[in-house]
Amino acid sequence: MSSVIILADFIGGKNTKTTAELATAAARIGDVVAVVLAPQGQGGAYAAAITQGPIHSIVVVESESFAAHGVGAAADVLAQIIVSKKPAAVLIASHAFGKEVAGRVAVKTNSGIITDAVDVSADISATQMVFGGSTTVHSKISHGTPIITVRPNSISADLKQVSPVIEALSFEVADGSKKSKITSSQAPVQGGRPELTEADIVVSGGRGTNGDFVAVEAFADSLGAAVGASRAATDAGWYPHSHQVGQTGKTVSPQLYVACGISGAIQHRAGMQTSKAIVVINKDPEAPIFEIADFGVIGDLFAVLPQATEGVLARKS
Amino acid sequence: MRIAICIKQVPDSWAEKKMVNGLLDRVNVDVVLNDLDEYAVEEALRIAEAHGGNDEGAANSVTVISMGPERATEAVRKALSMGANNAILISDASLAGADALATSKVLASVISKIGFDLVICGTESTDARMSVVPAMIAERLGCAQLTFASAVKVDPVGQQVSITRVTEAGVDEMSGQFPAVISVVEKINEPRYPSFKGIMSAKKKTIDVMDIAAVGVTVESSWSLVLDATPRPLRAAGIKVTDDGGAANQLVTFLSEKKLI
Repeated sequence: MSSVIILADFIGGKNTKTTAELATAAARIGDVVAVVLAPQGQGGAYAAAITQGPIHSIVVVESESFAAHGVGAAADVLAQIIVSKKPAAVLIASHAFGKEVAGRVAVKTNSGIITDAVDVSADISATQMVFGGSTTVHSKISHGTPIITVRPNSISADLKQVSPVIEALSFEVADGSKKSKITSSQAPVQGGRPELTEADIVVSGGRGTNGDFVAVEAFADSLGAAVGASRAATDAGWYPHSHQVGQTGKTVSPQLYVACGISGAIQHRAGMQTSKAIVVINKDPEAPIFEIADFGVIGDLFAVLPQATEGVLARKS
Repeated sequence: MRIAICIKQVPDSWAEKKMVNGLLDRVNVDVVLNDLDEYAVEEALRIAEAHGGNDEGAANSVTVISMGPERATEAVRKALSMGANNAILISDASLAGADALATSKVLASVISKIGFDLVICGTESTDARMSVVPAMIAERLGCAQLTFASAVKVDPVGQQVSITRVTEAGVDEMSGQFPAVISVVEKINEPRYPSFKGIMSAKKKTIDVMDIAAVGVTVESSWSLVLDATPRPLRAAGIKVTDDGGAANQLVTFLSEKKLI
């Protein structure tokens, strides 16, 4: 059986659940080799953090360059592993870092690239939702080793327990891949809530919050959800820009998306309309977002949300 | 400093986008300068202005580089009317449907031929949304990749750039030497509106339109193949209730029935 490489997804030194999702898709194609890029001396700990997903073996590379030179160093080493292992395909998480690594690897290995796949089949064809989720595209790579980035949270992960064989390899990072230097790094501030693009539930607030996100956050917390915001809310400075959902912000595809006080401009819908279920709370019955709601409430979010929060907490207790 | 800005003309975000024979229809649609590239244009102009400006005879020049059909001159003209000095448009029928690999190859060839200290891009185009072209250009040029910048500081004497990189993985402070490829995130600045004077003077600025032979590279337009493209069925609207005090309970029941809580 051919092998398929996945780049194990570590953010802030922690293995994310995206690793098991990548492995689940990759296992349809061949034996999954997870590549772990770790700081010097931490390869064992990083590899040990991978306990779930259909992973056949792990390749660990330790280098100070990954933290010091970021994307360039990661792409340099991953490309060398691809040349030596000749996998049938390479799957990487579709976020800023993953896409940039994939892009540089595609150039280095003379390979075609597909980003933002929401599914990958055994024949290495990828499914993408393009134009804000309005069109489904199936495509294949026609040259080199298929390099595919997969959106977090779009593949339901096979979470079987595994203890893969671990192989430690060492590679030199070329000087040309060390041209940018990372002088300091700060992990994202999570505030105890799940990461927006990985969350099963997202509760978002828009113009209708008038800048008061307390009710939105309380409802999100009752559901264990991430908090998102429309561009109107982030432009007004009501919520951090990093939480913006939409065409120029994050694209989310949770099990449940709750839009509170968001009218649903096409740019916002582009970032959330592939959500499995959509709930809308808006005072304006004409708000376009109602068109895509599975459950819509015409009402004041400041009245509905606190009651709904109580209702959810009551059911959970 | 010689600063290059890479821009793209894209369908208007508001427009309905369609696939024709596996490619985005770029003909029967309103097109604009990619929103996110306006931040790149603005940042390039601010960097130039902070270090002696880019008027004729000044220490800096700002060149717009784009690849696209001839019609893309409209987007290029907008960047010129904001204040860039001149422009190069690579336009060739063989480049229709070019993927990120082909695009980055052509752009990198033009950039290295002319020679720049800084290349500034937006983080992504609003049509393809890949965000890989800036990284690919840096890879091809073998220069520093300073992408997803929410702040840029340039030291023209020391030939050094430092940025703050903001992504889902956190905040990084990064630096590199000239030449460097930078991509800037939305909100790094407030892009200026072209002034009347800017629009008038943009009409006199040179747009050098080149075909692929003039660039002197060979490219295959795409290494990926669209098998099929289907418009998704419109989501049917579901239950809609007007809150009379009981909607929250109905909502919680709905969530419970759907096993979402």
